[in-house]
Amino acid sequence: MGKKKLITFWRIVHTGMVNFARNISLAIAAMAIMVVTLTIVLFSLIINDTFSHTIYQITSKIDISVYLKDSVNQQQTAKLLGEIRSLSNVQSAAYLSKAQALKVYEAQNSSNQQLIQAVQETNNPLPATIIIKPRNLNDLSSIKSFLSLPAVNKLQTDPPSYSGQEKQAIDRITHATNVLREIGVVAVIVFAVVSVLIIFNTIQMAIFNRRDEIQIMRLLGASTSYIRGPFIVESIIYGVVSAMISVLIINEAFQASSTTLQASSLGLLDIGYANQFFTDKFLVLLILEVVLGIVIGAVSSLIATRRYLKFKSR
Amino acid sequence: MILLDRVSKTYSKDTKPSLDRVSLHVEPKEFVIVVGQSGAGKTTLLRLLTREERQTTGKIIVGGIDYDKLKDREIPLLRRKIGVVFQDFKLLPNKTIFENVAFALEMVGMGNKEIRNTVPKVLDIVNLTGKEDNMPIQLSGGERQRVAIARAIVRQPKILIADEPTGNLDPKHAWDVIKILEKINRYGTTVLLTTHNQEIVNRLKRRVVTLKDGRVVSDRANAGYKI
Ligand SMILES: Nc1ncnc2c1ncn2[C@@H]1O[C@H](COP(=O)(O)OP(=O)(O)O)[C@@H](O)[C@H]1O
Ligand SMILES: [Mg+2]
Repeated sequence: MGKKKLITFWRIVHTGMVNFARNISLAIAAMAIMVVTLTIVLFSLIINDTFSHTIYQITSKIDISVYLKDSVNQQQTAKLLGEIRSLSNVQSAAYLSKAQALKVYEAQNSSNQQLIQAVQETNNPLPATIIIKPRNLNDLSSIKSFLSLPAVNKLQTDPPSYSGQEKQAIDRITHATNVLREIGVVAVIVFAVVSVLIIFNTIQMAIFNRRDEIQIMRLLGASTSYIRGPFIVESIIYGVVSAMISVLIINEAFQASSTTLQASSLGLLDIGYANQFFTDKFLVLLILEVVLGIVIGAVSSLIATRRYLKFKSR
Repeated sequence: MILLDRVSKTYSKDTKPSLDRVSLHVEPKEFVIVVGQSGAGKTTLLRLLTREERQTTGKIIVGGIDYDKLKDREIPLLRRKIGVVFQDFKLLPNKTIFENVAFALEMVGMGNKEIRNTVPKVLDIVNLTGKEDNMPIQLSGGERQRVAIARAIVRQPKILIADEPTGNLDPKHAWDVIKILEKINRYGTTVLLTTHNQEIVNRLKRRVVTLKDGRVVSDRANAGYKI
């Protein structure tokens, strides 16, 4: 019994492959649309991850510097630090003493010896500094309002400085990512639906072309799965082949036209990282694409065979 | 083996029944000829037996299976137990003779090796050795008819149904086909044959059931035939 089932299973797979080869002209339309769908999915995944990475990178550099008057004593500093750290949008807050601030400044301007010399001659003009790293850059208002409280404000020499330009860049990228994500989701849904419809149609046509054969199989006592199986195998092959083609397309895009890609993404896309991500996660992405292709193929042919093979009562 | 009890079949409400209260009892290993003019209901009767159609009323029991209790998914198993030679052969035009016969074995899960052993034996029974690689279109009507018989018997069914297998054949080839059916019957298969060929009926000297306008008008052993 087990052996018979195995033989039958392989026969179904074999028939599906033979029919795929025989119907290649029908299959091409179905696979073309599926390739487009899967390529969009893959492209979206890569872009999404790349932008997330870029945002993370920039975000981790952003901070707010609070400059303290020289008159602020240790006790006041500790109290202020504690209050800042207890704010919900603060990820971390670090204290730089005057001496440490000078060291950082010297390191940052090591190429400009004149400037360093000038600073050293004037008995360390740099203020002690608290460096705040916020959690969410889009919601700095709670931190800002805390820093502008009179009691807090009077401890500061200068208004706090924000890494303002970087914030703008982040806003741009976040916005672009969100838009792209939305476009990606809509495109994936639209193309997936179109793929299902076209494969559905292809299988319907294949069933129509083979209606005599199917009728004879039925009369000779072929089981439902023996008749239906090859159609499902056939559309699963569409999925697998399309997945591989779409992975190849993305691969080629990285190989051949990374400059075009760079230009078309307004310079926001970190092609190096995207390529690295694609290379590192190649297997996972390939499997994901194949699985998605199989699901799209199987779903459409399951519906089509259910609808057009009319198993009931015959 | 086959039991029909007042079976009627009406294809659509407005027409008169194609089968009208037909009762028939066929013993195992019997050879029964169903005769009747075109439109008498012979093919309809066979279609009910293979569950290609459902009876409108009445009871059908074949090989112990009550058709009223048959579930849809059990129909393939029923059909595997009955060999059918269709009036229009129903061969697959794009498969060779060998493949056409092997087809019936493939769908029941027989291994390739066993299929390669079995098919030539059956083709030998129907005198088609050497035609394995031909396509159906390259064969004569009589040869195609014998391919259809080979496919019907290759699974060694207990029951063989043949719908006018001599229909378009000249007398010599018609008789060749009948001799094959008799041979299969001698091996122990119940045979149900429909025909309107008077000469064949008279030569066979078997039980004859006569259908007229969907009704059994006579059922006699060792009968001749006149319309
Ligand atoms: N699928 C069908 N739909 C409607 N009427 C049918 C169908 N098949 C057969 N009939 C009618 O049933 C009657 C018996 O037909 P059939 O069983 O084919 O007769 P036979 O095989 O003896 O020539 C005929 O009147 C025929 O027109
Ligand atoms: Mg007929």
